[in-house]
This record gives sequence, structure tokens and C-alpha cells, in this order.
Amino acid sequence: MHRIRFIVRKEILHILRDVRSLIIVIAMPIMMTFLYGYAINLDIENVTISIVDFDHSRESRDLTGSFYNSPHFSRPKVPVDPLDPESILRSARSSAILYIKPGFGQALGNGEEHTLGMTIDGSDAILAAAVQSYSNVVLRDFLLERVPHGVPVPGIMISPRVFYNPDLKSAHFFVPGLVAILMMMISALLTSITIAKEKETGTMEQLLTAPVRPSEILVGKLLPYILIALLDGILVLVFAKVVFGVPFVGAPLLLLGFGLVYVAAALSIGILISSLVATQQVAMMIALLTTMLPSVMLSGFIFAVKNMPVPLQAVSYLIPARYFVAIIRGIMLKGAGADVLAVHGLGLVVLMASLLLVAGRRFKTRVD
Amino acid sequence: MTDNTIVRISDLTRRFGTFTAVDRVSLTVRRGEIFGFLGANGAGKTTVIRMLCGLLMPSSGAGTVAGYDVRKQPELIKRSIGYMSQKFSLYPDLTGGENLRFYGSAYGLNRSTVDRRVAALSDRLALHGFLDRTAGSLPVGWRQRLALAAAMLHRPEILFLDEPTAGVDPVFRRTFWGTLYELADEGVTVFVTTHYMDEAEYCGRISIMHCGRIIELGKPLELVKEHRAVTLEDMFVSLIESQDQCNA
Amino acid sequence: MSYVSAQELCRTYGQVAALDRFTLDVHQGEIFALVGPDGSGKTTLIRILCGLLSPDSGTAMIAEHDVTRQFDHIKPLLGYMPQQFSLYPDLTVEENLVFYAGIYGVTGDAYRQKRKLLYEFSNLGPFTDRRAADLSGGMKQKLALSCALVHDPRLLILDEPTTGVDPLSRRQFWEILLTLRSQGVTVLVSTPYMDEVARADRACFVLGGRKLTQGTPQDLSAEFTGRIFYLDREPTTRLVEQVNHIEGLTGRRFGAGLHLYIGPGQAIGNYVDALGRIGVEVAELTAVDPSLEDRFIQLMEGAS
Repeated sequence: MHRIRFIVRKEILHILRDVRSLIIVIAMPIMMTFLYGYAINLDIENVTISIVDFDHSRESRDLTGSFYNSPHFSRPKVPVDPLDPESILRSARSSAILYIKPGFGQALGNGEEHTLGMTIDGSDAILAAAVQSYSNVVLRDFLLERVPHGVPVPGIMISPRVFYNPDLKSAHFFVPGLVAILMMMISALLTSITIAKEKETGTMEQLLTAPVRPSEILVGKLLPYILIALLDGILVLVFAKVVFGVPFVGAPLLLLGFGLVYVAAALSIGILISSLVATQQVAMMIALLTTMLPSVMLSGFIFAVKNMPVPLQAVSYLIPARYFVAIIRGIMLKGAGADVLAVHGLGLVVLMASLLLVAGRRFKTRVD
Repeated sequence: MTDNTIVRISDLTRRFGTFTAVDRVSLTVRRGEIFGFLGANGAGKTTVIRMLCGLLMPSSGAGTVAGYDVRKQPELIKRSIGYMSQKFSLYPDLTGGENLRFYGSAYGLNRSTVDRRVAALSDRLALHGFLDRTAGSLPVGWRQRLALAAAMLHRPEILFLDEPTAGVDPVFRRTFWGTLYELADEGVTVFVTTHYMDEAEYCGRISIMHCGRIIELGKPLELVKEHRAVTLEDMFVSLIESQDQCNA
Repeated sequence: MSYVSAQELCRTYGQVAALDRFTLDVHQGEIFALVGPDGSGKTTLIRILCGLLSPDSGTAMIAEHDVTRQFDHIKPLLGYMPQQFSLYPDLTVEENLVFYAGIYGVTGDAYRQKRKLLYEFSNLGPFTDRRAADLSGGMKQKLALSCALVHDPRLLILDEPTTGVDPLSRRQFWEILLTLRSQGVTVLVSTPYMDEVARADRACFVLGGRKLTQGTPQDLSAEFTGRIFYLDREPTTRLVEQVNHIEGLTGRRFGAGLHLYIGPGQAIGNYVDALGRIGVEVAELTAVDPSLEDRFIQLMEGAS
């Protein structure tokens, strides 16, 4: 029936003229392709590994060279602190520490058994598993190179200890990040929708003529969401501990403090979004695109930021979740203190302050 | 003997759950009449019109519109009627011309017929120059003209107009009614709901609905005399005031 | 005393001039009506007065406070009812009332007293627990008015409160406005219904962002130039054309008949012959008092 054709034609006109549908049809696929294409990098390269050489032999230096020449591993920017070697793991400056114990070179030459120690940061379970397997590969290649054909390979092994998540449970890895995502969702998504709703239904107009200050409107509207976000976060943590045994090693108050900063940043994003849109639908879409998607992909929640192309890594600095995921993992799994987290905390505070400033300015008291 | 009746309904009723929106409404309308529906919002006017247009199934009662049964042949009714609602039913992001071509095709007219009729209606309703602007950008009066044109494209026998002149300027209101009169002369039957009492006076007959029932029906000036009122508005006001409150 | 005043307000939206050097002066304690069709600028003017829009140029004052800079002083005095229903649909009647009362600082005993009065005059008492979304159109208006009145404002600004509402409800609404006026409240109300002008103290006609004229209802009808006659004949296209062909006469359909207009200083007697030629007897004509709508149309046509 040719009527169908006309309805089709009309629908195409609607799609072309509606910004919302254009966003979904054009902007989203492009954005998602880039994000998924680049962010998901299951090939793990350039993992930072610290090598502490107690042997100081030619062989140990060669082994160190093999590790760092491999594409899988790279040198960390700071050396291991001899008094507190694990601090480098807590601050995530290195993902693993390989200890070459005294006697390695000799054992290699004599064909004896020898064990190398390795301490691995298990808070990123995927990375930790990769470190283990790659180290074994590097070691094996190293041994095969040195030993002529036909001679049995010496019994040199790596004995790994996984810190912070010894069983490499993925729940331990995911749950902290999940809390970050959840809080972002509640704070940014819901607040952008509620403000847009008042604009859309016209109730904002009525409210603006009353002796309420815009700041009062904002604070009043947002307070319940702050509470809900924090309560939900706590709920998930309790649940995770009880059901999945996810540990909580660090200081809860520290996490709460950072949590408040994080929520404030997320709320500001919500306010900003709502100041740009006129309807709830568009608010939700833009919130999803600009908060949820980047937070899931670029915060280190699942995929390591270090493995992403530099432009995406740069973008990740603008995402509050990036800082908070590192903070919450640090506190929960590694018991990291304020000193170690200071860098992330500072980043979060700076981001929050800027967002709050911009959002506050943009909250309009006029309807035009 | 030619029966000039184009709408005949008896005891038409519509319930929504426990709420009776239309309560045993009976009505006979002749071809070429201009019939006015009056009554408070929520009194049932829009529901009656929807049933007459084949958009809503009656809960009970019977009726025919343009010879088709309201329960069994709603699709055939739709082809014989034109409907113009309060909210205009125009697509705001399409131009006037695009809107008209779409509605024309929705009624099964082919492209050349639509073009011809759009040209004729543009002359009649002075739409030239407004067909290239998006419907959403037009002032209210022009949007209404456009909506009327859309309702008329397929040359319906009956036009249902739901508050067609709400918020429109006085000049346009009068020319609009002039157009309605012309249509009535040509044999089109016009149902119109309105809150303007002067427009009620323009109608051949009016009905006043209250709580889903028709409480008065007849020629406007005769009703005024019968109720010993001075104006139609006075008559309306005192009539409704004397009624019991609905359980709304 | 001037309670609300606007001087040369201008506001454009893109290409369209929504307000064009609009000047207004509302006296304290009067009911002032802004009359005009949709898109004439009434809502733009009202929003500027309520601090929701900024004018491109011009000034406006309410109770001697500047609207753009000192609106905080105006807020406690003002009760505003926008055109679109602007209360919370998912809250009940009572919840909406409590909210707005609270925002304006009306709590405790003061609130309870106010609540009683408001429920009495609005007849919403039986519906206090009903969600605002489930109220009928007329009841929504009353609720919105109640919320605007909860803090005893000195000025009420109402944007088309009676549009799309039946004549009885409209009358009841105006009765409420008259009661408020007797209590000293100043009311600025916009409406597309010409007949409501008759109930205001003064009114102005608005079209295309400009003020066409203003005055008391009597002034406005008296301004009509010329006279109108009603011809009780079927207004066929042919007849209308014939009347219009007569020099000095204008004919228009009006309901089931025709309106004939003659200019100022003319007498219908001058047209006896001309009318006779088209088969119309002067005796068939009845003189009609010009309505406000006739005057508006005259101004519209003069302006164009």
C-alpha cells in the first residue's frame, strides 16, 4: 500500500529533524565504536613491573633485560622503596615486584633449582593473571635461549604471591568499581532528570517566582540524592562483603570523605546537563552518554586505562570515576592511606571544584 | 423519500471502569447542519465525538454515522469524516505542505489529487506562503487553518471540530466561521465544540452536556427564550448552576 | 498609584518581535485585563514582569521595585499563575498547598487558617487527597489559584486562567477575582475572551507585541467608530459580496445573518437606494451595539 510509503517518508523527516534521534543514530555509534575499539584492549602490554635484584650477577642483569625488553613489561617510574616495598603496589605505581634472590646466576649455571619471588597487585584481577602468565613466558624464553638443545631446562620457577585479592576473585575487582558507577548513576543521571522534569512540566517557572533562592532550590533538590547515593554505596559494600567476601581493609571514614567529593562532582555534572536540555528524555540520554558510558569504559572499572591510546587516557583525566575507582580500590583492597591516595584525591577535588563552579553559574533563574 | 439524516445515535454510553463518561446520549443530525456541542470540560463532549468518529467503541447503545454503524464499521466511518482536534494533530517539525501531503496520502489520495486539492484549499483558506514553514513555527490562527485544510482534503461528509478557535484572533474567528458556513452550504455537516457563546449562536442547533448527559438541545435563540434568559451565556450559566454536581 | 508599570519593553525571539515598545500602567487595587489572541505578546510581557525573562530593552517596576534587579523584594508580594498548569501532578491537592505555603513561610496556625479559607472558596475540600494530575481542568485552575493566594499576595498575575474553560467556571473564577479586589489585591490578568474585559476595571488590547489601545470597558466600546447593523438574512457568499460592493458599506457574515458596517458620520439612510437595488429593505436592519470584539477587529484592521 502506498500509504506505508508516506508514513515511512514522514518518519524519516521526523528523524532528520529531531536532535535526539540524530544523537542516537549518528553520534552514539561513532562514540561507542571509538570507545569500545580503543578502550577494550585485552592484549595487555607495558605492565609495570619492578625488579629487585639481590643477586647482582650477569645472569640476573640479563633476566632483568629480558623482562624490560619484552613488549609486555615496562619499567616503573619510581624505584621500589627498600623499607616498604609494597608501597609501590599500594600506590599502583607498579603492578608487580619480581625478586631475584641471591644465587640465581649460580643456580642457572649449575642447572639447580631456584625460585624467584613475585608479589603481584591482585586488585586488578585481569592484569594480575596476565602478569603471571607473561612472566612465565618471559622466563621460559630466557631459559630456552641459554640452554642448548637437548639439555633439560633448569628448574627455575617463579613463585607468585598475589596481594589484595589472592584468589583473583573477579568480585573483589568489580565491586569497588561498581560502587563508583552506581554512585555516579544516581548522582548525575537522576539529578539531571529531576531538574529537567521541572523545566519540562512548567513547575520550575512557578517556583522561580517564589521567594526561594536558586541555590536553595538546588540544595533542596540534591540533598536527597546525596543521601541515596551514599546509602546505596554502603548497601552494595555491605552486600559485597557478606555475600562475596569482598574485603574492606582500609579506613571507612576516608572513603566516605572521598565519596562525598565524588558525589559532589557527579551532582555538578547532573546540574550542568539539566541546564542544557529542556526535556527529561534528552537529559537522560545525554547523561548516559557523558557519564555512564565514559565511566564504565574509561575509569579503569574493567579495562586498564594504561593500555588505552594516549588521547583516551587524556580524556580519562576528566572523568571523576577514574579517580574514585582508584581510591576505592586502594582503600578497600590495599588499605591505602591518604598519603598514597593524595594524588588521586587532589585530582578529584580539582575536578569537582571546577564542575561545581561551572554548574552553579549555569543554573538559570530565567526561562529564556 | 430521501432521509437527510447523517448522524443517528441512541442511548450511546461509554464507561471507563466505574466512571460513566457518556450516559445514554441520543441525537439526530441532518446533512448540512452546523451542530454545536457545549458543556464544561469533562462533561463528555470529547468522548461523544470520539465515538462518532470511530475512535472509541461505545460501551452500549447504537448509532450510525454517514450510514455506517459505530460499533461494526468504524473504519468506514473514518473515511467519511474529517477531525480537527484541540491540539491540532499537525506535526510541528514538518512544513505545512508536508503535513497536508502526508494526511492526503493517509486518506488514500494519490499525489496529483493531493496537489490539486492543496492548491484549491490554499486559495480558499489563504494558506499560500505558509506551506513552506514548519507547522510549529506558525502562529495559532494559521495552524488552525492548516488543520482545517488537512481535515478537508478528502472531502469528508462530516467535519468534527474540537474547539477550533481557542486562542485565535477575532478576525480569524469570524472568517473561520465564514468558511464553516460555506461548507455547510455545500452540504458538509459540521460538529463543533466551543466555549465561546457567540459561536454557539452561530450554530443551527446546540446541545448542552453535563455529567455525560445531554440536558438541553435545540436552536440557540429558542432555548434562550424558553429559559427566559437574556443571553445564551446567562442561559448556560443558570442551567448548569441548577444541576447537581457530578461525582467527578 | 501605579503598582505595576512597564516602559518601552522590547523583546525579540529570533526574527519575531514578541514585544514592541510596550508600555503599561496598572493602578493599585484594580483589575486590569490584557486582551489579545495567542502570540500577541501577553505571555512574554507577563514573564518579564514576573522576573522569568529579561527584556531586550525597557524597564518594568512592581511596587516601585525594578523587576530585573530587585525581584527578590517583589517575590513575597506576588502570586503568579502561569498559563500551563504548573503544580506538581504527582502530589495531592493538600501536598501542593503545604509545599507552596512552606516556601512562602506560611506554616503552623497561619497555614491552618489559610487552608480553611482556601478550601472554602475553591470547593476542593473533598479532594484534598487526590493527585493534582487526576483533577478536572476547572479544579486544576482553582488549585493553582489557591497556591498563588496562600501567602496573601498584594499582586496577582494570571496568564490566561480561563482559556478553554466553560462559561460557568469562567464566571465563578471572575467572581473570585472581584472578591480579591474588594480585599485590596491588584490583579493583572490576560485573556483571549473579549467579554471578560467587561468585568475588569481597565483593559488593553494587545496584538503583535504592541498595545492597540487601553481604557475602561466603556471607553473601549465607545471608541468604536461608525455603526453596526444586523441583517437577518441567510449570509450567502453572493449577498456578502453584493453588500461589499456598495461604496461605504462593509458586510460580513455574523452567525446566521450579516453585519453591516458604516463609517463615522454616515447614516444608514444614505444607503436606502443602494440596498434596495440588491433587494434589502432598511426595515430588515436592526442597529446593534458594537461589541468589544468589533472594536478589536477595527483596531486590527487599522493596524494592518
